[in-house]
Amino acid sequence: MFNISQIKKQFPIFSHKIDGKYLVYLDSGASSQKPKIVIDTLKNYYENSYANIHRGIYSLSEKSTEAYEHSRETIAKFINAKESKEIIFTKNSTESINLVATSYGNTFINKDDEIIVSVLEHHSNLVPWQELAKRRQAKLKIIPLKKDLTLDFEAYKKLLTKKTKLIALTAMSNVTGTIIPVEKFIKEAKKYKAKTLIDGAQSVPHLKTDVQKMDCDFLVFSAHKMLGPTGVGILYGKTEILESIPPFLHGGDMISRVKQFESTYAELPWKFEAGTPNIADVIAFEKAIEFINKIGITNIEQHEKALLKYAKEKFSKYPEVKLYTPTNENNAGGILSFTVEGIHPHDLATIFNEDNVCIRVGQHCAAPLMDALKIIAINRISFYLYNDFKDIDKAEKSLQKALKLFK
Amino acid sequence: MDLFSETILDHYKHPNNKGSLKNPSISINELNPLCGDRLRVDLKIDSKGRIEEVGILPQGCAISTASASLLSEKLKGKSLKEIEKINEKDIFKMLGIEINPGRIKCAMLPLVTIKKALLLIKSHS
Repeated sequence: MFNISQIKKQFPIFSHKIDGKYLVYLDSGASSQKPKIVIDTLKNYYENSYANIHRGIYSLSEKSTEAYEHSRETIAKFINAKESKEIIFTKNSTESINLVATSYGNTFINKDDEIIVSVLEHHSNLVPWQELAKRRQAKLKIIPLKKDLTLDFEAYKKLLTKKTKLIALTAMSNVTGTIIPVEKFIKEAKKYKAKTLIDGAQSVPHLKTDVQKMDCDFLVFSAHKMLGPTGVGILYGKTEILESIPPFLHGGDMISRVKQFESTYAELPWKFEAGTPNIADVIAFEKAIEFINKIGITNIEQHEKALLKYAKEKFSKYPEVKLYTPTNENNAGGILSFTVEGIHPHDLATIFNEDNVCIRVGQHCAAPLMDALKIIAINRISFYLYNDFKDIDKAEKSLQKALKLFK
Repeated sequence: MDLFSETILDHYKHPNNKGSLKNPSISINELNPLCGDRLRVDLKIDSKGRIEEVGILPQGCAISTASASLLSEKLKGKSLKEIEKINEKDIFKMLGIEINPGRIKCAMLPLVTIKKALLLIKSHS
């Protein structure tokens, strides 16, 4: 059962007033709040069992290694990876994408090859590919948007050619909340033997993810957007591909044998984890996943759909408000972006902030999408499992206040 | 609601010197990449090196628009040297409101634009 008051209670940040008011947090698309179990795990780990991993003979280090690797297994199961060695720890989704752009890109992308992205991409899934294209004299192609704010699949099919080597695609837009039917896109890419990277930063925390069913070659996501600590990113890659590409960073921990002038590298996954990793945060991230599992990812999805529906009903009542959400609700995740005529998003967020209602405004690291939508900036509300209908009521009150002030 | 004083809202809704100039001595565009605010400033400089006319085309929030409107008034009749001396403190004083850290960039966009114009004028002369 989805008991929202029980869930909210497990997040310490909601238990007390901040600047005199309880927090209304509607910016989980940027980063999520953390449950007590995650915070406690961090504290407990540093207080009672901290040691470096993969080296010590003493039992504390062995325990650390075990906990770190156990987290990897839990993550592998969460996205249904075949093996845990397909899970690489990075510092965030951006680093995961850069790893692929460098290690895979520099090895397999050549002159005149083509890389396809979509107009919905966050800068993190665009700029590394722009750079790769420049470096390797490859061509970057962009899937356009349809009027209903879904991606134009027919246009995508036309972009694919024999020269297409890689498709880097978000599974859910961080602005419009559009859920992309990635399976369909991947299936099409396979006809051209192109590899696929899915940006799951927005989708993995909210929607059921099955990499084997999806059949993507790479998937990236971040712990901090799914109740985990900051500083942990995930790169999932199929074993065969990860084995075929060189390491990204070089140094300690990622080697097998080191001689004066030459070295050989460790096996997967450690080949891609140079230096002491973010041990504590990786261990705490496992608790975040367990928390999500306990509630059930599909329950979370359902809850967010209900919130979205409610928010849409509330906000669409105002003639000044224009919503940027997929026409068909089935294509939308727990994000609602909107503009308010006559009020710049920065001003709106400032007024919301006076009521301790946190929303994200600006370009959302998606400037090309802003151009495509012909707007300079946008307001975004994004939900997670701890949000309730009251949060939306409070946001509506702030909106009313803003409308009155700017009338 | 200190940030949105009557003055700020009034300048936002009806900015002074709004529009482009016919034959500007210099025209400059600046943007704040974080929020996407854009500002164009046209300046007409007379033979004595003073600002004769100002035209602003703000596309942004209340703070940056009000700041551009107020600054455009301040510029008129001033020499380039006098304009060079305008600093952040003057902008805060001019706006007469308390600005939280997240909004300082908005408030300063017009000043940054003008400073950029000065640099360009210098490099041309």
